[in-house]
Amino acid sequence: MGKRSLVLVIADKEIAAKILFALSASAAILAVGLICVFLFMQGLPAIWNIGIINFLTGTSWRPTWDPPLYGILPMIVGSLYVTAGAILFGVPIGIFAAVFMAKFCPSPVHKILKPAINLLAGIPSVVYGYFGMVVLVPFVRENFGGNGNSILTASILLGMMILPTIITISESAIRAISPEIYEGAIALGASHENASFRVVLPAAKSGVMAAVILGIGRAIGETMAVRMVAGNQAVLRMPHEFLSGARTLTTNVVLELGDAYGGHRAALIATGVVLFVFILLINALFSMLKKKGGA
Amino acid sequence: MNKTNKYSMKNVDLWYNDFHALKNINMDIPPNEITAFIGPSGCGKSTLIKSLNRMNDLVEGCKISGSILLDGESIHGNIDVNALRKRVGMVFQKPNPFPMSVYDNIAYGPRTHGIKSKFKLNEIVEKSLLDAAIWDELKDRLKKSALSLSGGQQQRLCIARALSVQPDVLLMDEPTSALDPISTAKIEELVIKLKTDYTIVIVTHNMQQAVRISDNTGFFLLGELIEYGNTQQIFSMPSDKRTEDYITGRFG
Repeated sequence: MGKRSLVLVIADKEIAAKILFALSASAAILAVGLICVFLFMQGLPAIWNIGIINFLTGTSWRPTWDPPLYGILPMIVGSLYVTAGAILFGVPIGIFAAVFMAKFCPSPVHKILKPAINLLAGIPSVVYGYFGMVVLVPFVRENFGGNGNSILTASILLGMMILPTIITISESAIRAISPEIYEGAIALGASHENASFRVVLPAAKSGVMAAVILGIGRAIGETMAVRMVAGNQAVLRMPHEFLSGARTLTTNVVLELGDAYGGHRAALIATGVVLFVFILLINALFSMLKKKGGA
Repeated sequence: MNKTNKYSMKNVDLWYNDFHALKNINMDIPPNEITAFIGPSGCGKSTLIKSLNRMNDLVEGCKISGSILLDGESIHGNIDVNALRKRVGMVFQKPNPFPMSVYDNIAYGPRTHGIKSKFKLNEIVEKSLLDAAIWDELKDRLKKSALSLSGGQQQRLCIARALSVQPDVLLMDEPTSALDPISTAKIEELVIKLKTDYTIVIVTHNMQQAVRISDNTGFFLLGELIEYGNTQQIFSMPSDKRTEDYITGRFG
C-alpha cells in the first residue's frame, strides 16, 4: 500500500462497488428500454398501415387473403376471457390458501405446503400445458361438452398457474400485519376466524391486491400452456361460448410468427405491442396500488 | 367466596414453558375501582393482566394453574372464551387501531357479536366515542382512517373500541407508556371517569400514575405479589421492605 492511507483505499473500494451496482441496475433498465424501442419501432408502423381502428376492432384475422385482414379483436377478447376466467378460479382459492397458510396451518403442515407451492411456481409452462391436455381437456369434454379445447379449460389451467404468485405474495402481506392488530380483535371477543378474515385480511388488502394484479399479469402473458388447451381459433367469441376455443394475443404471435413475413409478420409484432401495452397498464395499476398501500 | 369481588384469584401459578412467570398469586379485585399493578420489567404484572381475559392462551407453551374467578365463576372451566373477552375489554400498551375507518374500528366489535342494524351501530359508535371522551374530536372524521389520528387519539379510540361491546371490566396494559404527557393526562382523567361504570385494572410503570388514579395497588417482583392493598397505604406506609425500595426509586 505504500504511503496511501487506509481511508483512501476504503473510499476507492466503495466507489468501485457503487459503479458495479449502478451498472447492474442499468442493465435491467437497458433491457426494458431496448424491448420497448424495438417493439414499438417495428410494431407501430404496422398498426399505422392497417389503421389503428381496423387493427384493434377488426373481427377478422385473415393474413393470407388478398388483401389480408388483420383484425385482432378476437384475440384481445380471447385474452380477456381466459384472464378473467383465471381470476375467477385462481383468486378466491389463492386468497383462502394464503389466509390458511398464514393464520390456520399448523407449522408441520406449513413445512410441506410452502415448498410444494414454490415447486408449483417453478414448473415450466409446457408441463402445465401437457397436464392440461391429458387431464383437463378430457375432463371438460366429458363433463361440459364441446371438444375440450376451450376458454374454460384455459381458464382453469391459468387459474392453477397463477396460484403460487397469489398465495406467496398474499401470505407475506398477511404475515406482515402486526400481531397487535390481530390481538386487538381477539380481545374484543372475536373468534380466530373472524379476526383473520374481517380484520387481518382487510388490513393486508393492498398487498393482496398487488398479488392479484401480478397474477393477472402472469395470466395475460402466458403462452405455451394456453396454446396447448385453448383451441386457438381466431374467432370472436361471446361470453356464453366458453366451451369453444379461442385465441389469445400471445398464442396469435407464437402460432404464426414462424412462417410469417412482410405485412403479416409486422401485424404479429403489432399484436405484441398491444400485449405489451396491456402489461404496462397492469404494472402501472400495480405501482399505484403499492403507493396507496404505503400511504 | 366473596361475591362482592369482581375477580378473585387463588393460588395462581403460570409458566411459559419452563419459566415460572407467576408464583402463587392470591388477589381479589373489587368492582368499580381502579386497581394498579406495579413493579419492575419482567415482574409478571403484564402476564397477570393478560391472564384475566385469557390473552395468554395465544402464547405457545403457556400453562396456568390455580383458579381465577370472575363474578364467582371460573374463567378456565367450560366457558366460551370469546364471551369472556367480550365481558372483559382490553387496551394495549401500543395503540392498535385497525387500519380501517374510525367508524369501522368501533363497529367491528358489535358487528362481530351479531348487531347488524345500521341505526343501532350508529348509536353504539356515538356512545362509545362519547364515553371515551373523543366524540367531539372525531365526530366529523368518522369515515377517515384511524391511522391518521395522533397517538393519543388512537389510544382513546382503542378505549372506545373496547367499550363498544359493553364490557364489565377494562384491562389496561401500560396504556400511556407510548404517549406524551398531555395525552397521558387526558387518558388518566378518562379512566377515573370510567370507574363508575367499569372495573378497571391497569398495569403501569409510572408510580405517580398509580398514585394519581388507582384505589388499590399491587406490587409485583419476580413473579410474586409482594404487597397488595389500598394505594394510599402502599405508597405512604409500605409494609414490605422491597415495596419501599421500589417506590422510593432504589431499583426498577
